[in-house]
Amino acid sequence: MAYSEKVMDHFANPRNVGEIEDADAVGEVGNPKCGDIMKMYLKIDNNIITDVKFKTFGCGAAIATSSMATELVKGKTIEEALKVTNKAVMEALDGLPPVKVHCSVLAEEAIKAAISDYYQKNGINPEPIVGKVGSCCHEDAPCPCSMDK
Amino acid sequence: MERFVYADNSATTPIIKSVIDEMLPFLEVKFGNPSSLYSIGREAKRAVECARERVAACIGANPAEIFFTSGGSESDNWAIKEMAYYQMKKGKNHIITSNIEHHAVLHCVQTLAKRGFDVTYIKVNQNGIVDPIDVENAITDKTALVSIMYANNEIGTIQPVDDIGRICRARNVPFHTDAVQAVGHIKIDLSKQNIDMLSLSAHKFHGPKGVGALYVRKGIRINSFIDGGAQERGKRAGTENTAGIIAMAAAIEHACKDIESKSQKITDMRNRIISELLKIEKSRLNGDLDKRLPGNINMCFEGVEGESLILKLDMEGICASSGSACTSGSLDPSHVLLAIGLPHEIAHGSLRLSLSELNNQEDADYIIEKVPKVVSELRKMSPLWEKIKKGEKYYGV
Repeated sequence: MAYSEKVMDHFANPRNVGEIEDADAVGEVGNPKCGDIMKMYLKIDNNIITDVKFKTFGCGAAIATSSMATELVKGKTIEEALKVTNKAVMEALDGLPPVKVHCSVLAEEAIKAAISDYYQKNGINPEPIVGKVGSCCHEDAPCPCSMDK
Repeated sequence: MERFVYADNSATTPIIKSVIDEMLPFLEVKFGNPSSLYSIGREAKRAVECARERVAACIGANPAEIFFTSGGSESDNWAIKEMAYYQMKKGKNHIITSNIEHHAVLHCVQTLAKRGFDVTYIKVNQNGIVDPIDVENAITDKTALVSIMYANNEIGTIQPVDDIGRICRARNVPFHTDAVQAVGHIKIDLSKQNIDMLSLSAHKFHGPKGVGALYVRKGIRINSFIDGGAQERGKRAGTENTAGIIAMAAAIEHACKDIESKSQKITDMRNRIISELLKIEKSRLNGDLDKRLPGNINMCFEGVEGESLILKLDMEGICASSGSACTSGSLDPSHVLLAIGLPHEIAHGSLRLSLSELNNQEDADYIIEKVPKVVSELRKMSPLWEKIKKGEKYYGV
C-alpha cells in the first residue's frame, strides 16, 4: 500500500483544519469503532459555501480526503457541493489504495451530512434532496460497527 | 527531520557489519554448493555444519536438533502442520494455541481446522499472558500439539513457556513455541526447558532476512517439510542458503554474547521512554511491565488513530508501527490488542516502538520529545478527542 504524493501532501499539510464557531451547518460521519470520524463545518452565504473547516480522527487517507473535500466545496453553491462524489475526491488526490476507498466515501458523506444539517436548520426536509446519509462508511466490506464483538 | 531513529526492530533489524563480513565470502568466493564433492563445495558444507553447531550452542541445543529454514513463518508452518498430520495418523486431532499468536501460527491452525482438527484458543489475561493452568485444562487424549509463542510480537509479553512445557511433557503432548521475537533478546537454554520445537528467524537479531531455523528436540518425530534432495537430513530439501545460514550463526552469537547485560541496558532505556510517554494524558501501556521483551513499548493514545501517528512520526524521522486497522490492511484493529480487552476505539490508537542494542539514549530522548508533540498535533484536529475531553466519550482505560 502506497499513498500518492498528493495524499501525503494533504496529510502533512491539511487545508482548512479547525472549527467555525458560528457555522451555518455542521455534519459528522463515521464511527470511532471503525477508526474514523469526520466533522465538517460550513459557512453558507446566499447559497454559496463561503468558508469550510474540518476535524478528522482517522488514518492518513481519512485526513487527506477530508482536506481535499473541503478544497473541492469551498466557494461552490450548495447544489455544486452536493455533486462532489467520492470519485472526484479520489481523482483529485491521484487515487487511493483499494483498502482506503472508504475514506473518500466518508468525505463525500461528510459534505452531505453538513448540507443536510443546513437544510434542516432552514426547515427543509433534506432527504429528498441529499438522500440518506449513513453514519458508517464501510459499504464495500463488513463493518466492525455492525458486528457485536 | 532532525534525526533518524529506527524503532521498529520487532519488524526487522539491520544486519551488523561483522555479520556481513562473515557472510560475504560465501556469496562470491566460497560459493560452492554444499552438496558438491570438490573443495569449495566441501568448504561450504563445513561452514553450514559449523553454523549449525554455533546456532545450537547459543540456545542450549544439539546441532542435530537444528534444521535450517527460510525463516520464522516456514518454521511455524513446518512444526505445526507436519506435527498435526503426523499425530492425525495416531487419531489425535486437537490443537491448543493462544489467541495472541502471530498470523504464521494462527493461519496454520485455521488451515488445520478446515481439515478436520479441533482447535482450542487459550485466552490471555488483560496483561496478555497465558495461564498455564488453562493449557493443562484444555489438554485431552486427542491433543496432537500445543503451540504457544515465547514472546508476543506486538505487546512483547513473555509467556510462561517453562511451565507450559512442563505440563505438556507430563501429558506427553508435543509443545511448539514461536520464539521469533525472543531468540537473541532474552536468555534461552533449551537443555533446561521442556520445549519440543522452537521457531527462530535471523532478521530479528541483526541477521539477514530469508533464513531461520526450526529446533526439533531429539526423539520428537515429525514429517519432513520439503521433498527433494537430502539436505537437512532429508527433512527439508533445497540447496542451503549458505551465506544466510552463516550470517545467522554470526548474528546469533553476537546477540547471545553478554545477552543479560545488553538486555538490561535496553530494558532501562525502554522503561525511561514508557514512564515519560505515560505522562501523556489518556495514554496507557499495553502488555505486562515485568514479563516483557527488553525493547518492546506498546501504548495507546486515546483520540488519535495509529496510522496517522506512524505517518507523522515518519515525517519526524522515527520508524515505528501500529496495531490499528489501517496498518493491518483490514478494518479491524490488531487481534492482540482486542484479546487483551481493549475496545476498538482505543486499539485503533496504538503505537509500537521496538528498540535494539543499536539504539542509544539520544534516540530515546528524541522519541520522548517527538511522540507527545505528534499526539498533540493529531488530537488538535480530532473530533473524537474533543468528545473525550468534554467527557462525552469514556472508554474506561
